[in-house]
Amino acid sequence: MDFKEGDLKYSQLKQGDLLLDRYEIQEIVGMGGMGAVYRARDKNFKAIRLVAIKEMISQVTDPIVRKNIFQIFEREANILATLRHPAIPRIYDYFAIGERAYLVLEFIHGKNLEQLLSETQSFFPEEQVLSWAVELCDVLDYLHAHKPEPIIFRDVKPSNIMNTLQNHVALVDFGIAKVFESGQRNTMVGTQGYSPPDQYRGEATPKVDIYALGATLHHLLTLRDPQLEAPFSFGERLISEINPNVSKEFSAVVERALEYKPEDRYESASEMKEALINVARKTGTLLHLSIPSAQPTTRGVGVKPLWSFECEDELRGSPNYHEGTLFIGCYDNNLYALDASNGQFRWKYPTDGGIPGKPAILEGNVYFGSEDKRLHVVSAISGKVIWTYYTEGPVRSSPRIAEGHVFIGSDDGYLHAVSTNNGRLSWKAEAGSPVRSTPFVSDEYVYFGSEAGDFTCVDFRGDPRWRYKAKRAITSSPILADGAVYFGSMDSTLYALDANSGWVVWRFRLGKGSISTPAIQNNFLYTGAADHIIYCIDTRSAKEMWRYTTDHQVTGSPIVHRDAIYCGSVDGGFYCLGAASGRLRWRFQTGKPITGTPVAHEDMIFIGSTDKRVYAFLA
Amino acid sequence: MKKFLKRFRRKKSKSKADKQGTAATAPLLDEAQVWDFVGSQRGAKFNHLVAASALDLGQRRENNEDALLCLSGVLDTTSNSQPLGIYIVADGMGGHRNGEIASETAVRTVGNHLISKLYKPLFGPEPRPTNESLREIMESAVDQAHKAVRKAAPGGGCTLTAALVVGTQLVIAHLGDSRAYAITRDGRIEALTKDHSLVKRLQEMGQLTGEEAATHPQKSVLYRALGQGDTAQADIFNSSLPNPGFLLICSDGLWGVVNEDDIQRIVNATSSPFLACHHLVEAANAAGGPDNISVVLVRLVN
Repeated sequence: MDFKEGDLKYSQLKQGDLLLDRYEIQEIVGMGGMGAVYRARDKNFKAIRLVAIKEMISQVTDPIVRKNIFQIFEREANILATLRHPAIPRIYDYFAIGERAYLVLEFIHGKNLEQLLSETQSFFPEEQVLSWAVELCDVLDYLHAHKPEPIIFRDVKPSNIMNTLQNHVALVDFGIAKVFESGQRNTMVGTQGYSPPDQYRGEATPKVDIYALGATLHHLLTLRDPQLEAPFSFGERLISEINPNVSKEFSAVVERALEYKPEDRYESASEMKEALINVARKTGTLLHLSIPSAQPTTRGVGVKPLWSFECEDELRGSPNYHEGTLFIGCYDNNLYALDASNGQFRWKYPTDGGIPGKPAILEGNVYFGSEDKRLHVVSAISGKVIWTYYTEGPVRSSPRIAEGHVFIGSDDGYLHAVSTNNGRLSWKAEAGSPVRSTPFVSDEYVYFGSEAGDFTCVDFRGDPRWRYKAKRAITSSPILADGAVYFGSMDSTLYALDANSGWVVWRFRLGKGSISTPAIQNNFLYTGAADHIIYCIDTRSAKEMWRYTTDHQVTGSPIVHRDAIYCGSVDGGFYCLGAASGRLRWRFQTGKPITGTPVAHEDMIFIGSTDKRVYAFLA
Repeated sequence: MKKFLKRFRRKKSKSKADKQGTAATAPLLDEAQVWDFVGSQRGAKFNHLVAASALDLGQRRENNEDALLCLSGVLDTTSNSQPLGIYIVADGMGGHRNGEIASETAVRTVGNHLISKLYKPLFGPEPRPTNESLREIMESAVDQAHKAVRKAAPGGGCTLTAALVVGTQLVIAHLGDSRAYAITRDGRIEALTKDHSLVKRLQEMGQLTGEEAATHPQKSVLYRALGQGDTAQADIFNSSLPNPGFLLICSDGLWGVVNEDDIQRIVNATSSPFLACHHLVEAANAAGGPDNISVVLVRLVN
């Protein structure tokens, strides 16, 4: 069978293409010799679930050979399916369409080390490379210990190592493409420059991976690409001569992994890992290994929204997500419903005032307050009005729904409890001043703050249980965790009160007032204040764990999603910080102040800005 | 029950406790069980702290250097039902009688301060939560006790593990190597406090193995204690009462010889804190009773 040159080329899938009526292609994220890698959305889930789809195109036309190839591919996919390691992407599915085979894998956010190498202006810190090295030894050791047959990765190199947003590393490209390749041409598996001499003899032992890891580390430490140098010439490029910052101990480990003769290298990846940990001990970097270490300065520069949508006026409120739709209120008086996956406009519903809060969704209806003094309820699907409820002042609080009621504060000085069935008032609790704080509803009580500084706990009949007086306004919305309610006040204090009695458990002094609503996860509380700072406080000891200073007031509220904090600032920046460390992971600059709170759904984060835009980011 | 009393008396005479004037709480009816029953019958909202304590000389010591306070109550009104409790264990150290003076002074001072701070807001003409936070009250209690111990027992000192329960809040102040544990009904036991012991610290830093730590000659050296140093650097933190479950505060006379799993099993074997306290003391004595044994066990019945 003859090929013409043109036949070897193939067309890539395009954005919006559907595979198996299920995987919607979003973007090409990588190109290989055998096909492309796409980011796609799994439409089987209503939730937005992103996957990586790796495409392999066989150029073999003989049906029997092709069938064999697919069998080998299938076997490999099945091996992958049994692997469980944090540094190995999970496999979800595989299938073939014509001459194309597809693997559906866990989508790993981040860049591969080759990209980081091409972006970096300076040497990576030793401790950074060391922590990656330890993790890579760990995953190689896991693969080499696989039963019944050890798995030899055979192609360790920077482009096959992903650096996740959490600053861990993951191995990608499990040589399945190579199975394809070997059916076609009998070439060596591996990459010149990273592969040891023994691999050229067709050997596939753990020592092959150890050498390639050594070559990768050499590249990371010296920034000299071995593919551009003579094969096996690492001995002529000693690490210490190129990068004097690297410790002798670390260089020695890398150089031993790069020995020409396999018997002179480390016996196993675990032995090499031990040696690396010893290096860390000696050089004092061990303490940094377990925590995410310093991020290279190149990070986060390229963060781009997945999509953005422009409204006609400022967005001061917060979005909410429900079944594929994003709802957000705007100061052009409309509530917008957008397709959360691509930002396409679905519908808008006009009110007669700005919409400052966060919509709530229950049983197909969207609830939200407006400065036109009303609580509006519209259908989530069509945006048609269901009912509205009048208060006697602008509504700046956000609704909470529980026990068949929607609870919402108003500038008329009351907390209103309205039946979700018919929009009729069940009761209202007097606060004496505007209620802009969003109530928190527990199993028994409703908690809310007021602009005069009163914090009130009422029962489900609206009868007051207790009240606490702060020195200034409580606009911040309370949050309840482990029997205590937490909220900030304009009196520059963050309060923890016993939810049952109102006793002050502790107080934490902020630099300035706060209207930010705290977020809590695993006994850590995150909140913002007018002193420009995002705080992390241990709720048990009332001690500050870390703080991050932005360039202006933090009036919006942080959220915790997975291991990160997302928060906007009046400086217009949208920040992603490590929840444990408070270190900046990335920042995106919008055109105007951000005063709302983001919402997260699976792999996506949404935020509105007063630059009139709603933005969607990858988490 | 009779048989149990007999066994208990025999143990006491052996440990010379009677001579020393230390007394353990006598086992009473299994009140928690009674309350469980009453609570389920009434179906009403019901919040009671059921607490018991025991203090025993142990088998080897001639004198007692431990002190404890165990005080429970409930303020039940139409508007609110609030359990209140103060539970303290202190274990003294130092030559002469300084150890026992220190632990007694600590328990009295902390107890006095907590009660006086809570008295007015709870029982005053206009009862309302105090403006001082529970954490601040606890901080000042430790501070005062520190000064009092330095004055009353110069050179001496003591551990302090003090728990204050108001409503659903539990605030703990901790110095030294007595411990507070949360024990749940499903068999989990978790130390709420961290020992301020040198050996423990070395172990945490990876300088000593568990075995080396267990046999280390400086096993009982504390790097923080009440009455030692210029200021008391207590760990103060809040938590919630294990529910359903127990709060246990004890001196090293218990946890040093009875392992956590056995402690948990003994506590969970009965719903009565009274019985459990005695079984714990028995277990410590059966294991040699090398030190004074203090135990305070608290359960929220609701």
